[in-house]
Amino acid sequence: MSTFYFIAFLSVFFSILVITAKNPVHSILYLILTFFTFTVHYILMNAQFLAVVNFIVYMGAILVLFLYTLMLINLNKESEPRKSNLVKIVGVIAGACFLAVIVAATKTLGTSQPVVLNNPGLGLVKNLGKILFNEYLLPFEISSVLLLSAMVGAVLLATKDTKTA
Amino acid sequence: MEVADIVIKFVLIVIIFAISLVVAMYSTYAERKIAAFFQDRIGPNRAGPWGILQPLADGGKMFLKEEIIPTNASPFLFIAGPSLAILTACIGSAVIPWGQTITIGTHVVPLQVTDINVGILYIFGVVSLGVYGVMIGGWASNNKYSLLGAIRAASQNISYEISMGLSIIALLMVTGTLSLKEIAEQQHGWHWNVLYQPVGFILFIVCAFAETNRTPFDLPECETELVGGYHTEYSSMKLGFYLFAEYINMFISSAVMATLYWGGYNYPGMDWVLAHTGPTIAPLLGVAVMFTKVFLFIFFFMWVRWTIPRFRYDQLMDLGWKILIPLAIANIIATGIWITFIK
Repeated sequence: MSTFYFIAFLSVFFSILVITAKNPVHSILYLILTFFTFTVHYILMNAQFLAVVNFIVYMGAILVLFLYTLMLINLNKESEPRKSNLVKIVGVIAGACFLAVIVAATKTLGTSQPVVLNNPGLGLVKNLGKILFNEYLLPFEISSVLLLSAMVGAVLLATKDTKTA
Repeated sequence: MEVADIVIKFVLIVIIFAISLVVAMYSTYAERKIAAFFQDRIGPNRAGPWGILQPLADGGKMFLKEEIIPTNASPFLFIAGPSLAILTACIGSAVIPWGQTITIGTHVVPLQVTDINVGILYIFGVVSLGVYGVMIGGWASNNKYSLLGAIRAASQNISYEISMGLSIIALLMVTGTLSLKEIAEQQHGWHWNVLYQPVGFILFIVCAFAETNRTPFDLPECETELVGGYHTEYSSMKLGFYLFAEYINMFISSAVMATLYWGGYNYPGMDWVLAHTGPTIAPLLGVAVMFTKVFLFIFFFMWVRWTIPRFRYDQLMDLGWKILIPLAIANIIATGIWITFIK
């Protein structure tokens, strides 16, 4: 349990650094560390497959692309758009509402009682594959179609003006 | 776990780590000798007999050179880049099975540091993490050439990871497991996976060349366009770490290819050897076979480097996205048909 609290502390700590870092590239590097602590959380829950997939997909691919983009656009302090006070106030109110919703949602979960899994090996590849392709086949396939449509949409947006060019 | 087991694991880790470093060190020597052979030269021959101490001399030189951190570089990330590169290169060897279990006295020792049941994915994760060392170092240098090298490295690694992953999926359909130990055991004798997955192997080795930034895919450090690429600003041992990480990566990827496709420590007639020499000598022979395969792959890496010129950047992207990925998907479909109807 003490390991969990330590890793959870690191997750929160690095997440705060993500939003307080002045340099966007440093911010992304903290985000990478945050995702690394998530991988450790998954390992602590014995979800090895999820842990390693989080590691490969989020840390190894998505955040590399984030870093790639930020390195290219080279955000400077001069070119950074200044937000008006109205936007800031609206942001604070929206954030506070979100916090209230999250607190309320976690409170109804009754997390004070530790949840004991019936099958501790649930997160291993074999069990996960069987569950995904039997019990949750339809949601799994629908989410894959959703991802495909997002990908096709992105390609369509990127090649919008091939006829004129 | 007993104390003896912990000690054995510790010794095994130290041995594997030392072997990786020594192999990487002498790969630099081998590369220069092989280059000399291909170009009809003599190669390094001053330090020791046949120049055999050249890697030590190079290492000493790297340590003693002046360490320069550019004024406008970000100092922490400038040091973190090469450290991360060498770290990710070294941790990949943890899941590779170097041999069968070996019996020493009464102890049965597995010649693998750890057998996690997502072994291939672990290797894959380490490989995808490796690009951060190059990217952070290239960005922190605050130099346009370094930045361009880092950006090339990132886009190249991301592109070739996709076809590498797809070529592994076809292999996993044949083996049915993600554990490298079980994959090695399945290839007992001569049942090597390359016989069932020849296209997959070719895809994998091309991607391995791209992931280790070796010629013909060494555009991140293309000296005709980018001076030194991502390590333009680096000097002393930090440059040494980048160069060294490349050779360790080459060693680890050779070991992964040998394990996944070329039978690892298995060789025809291994049962006969086991029956005649006992459970201590036979696994050691298996380790020797494994290392022979690894060294052949390392030689192949060098052979290609001194034979084939570098790609142009658009050719690199075309090869990755328009040839390798469709080929890998076709390979998956063909493997599926083969498993369903023939096997």
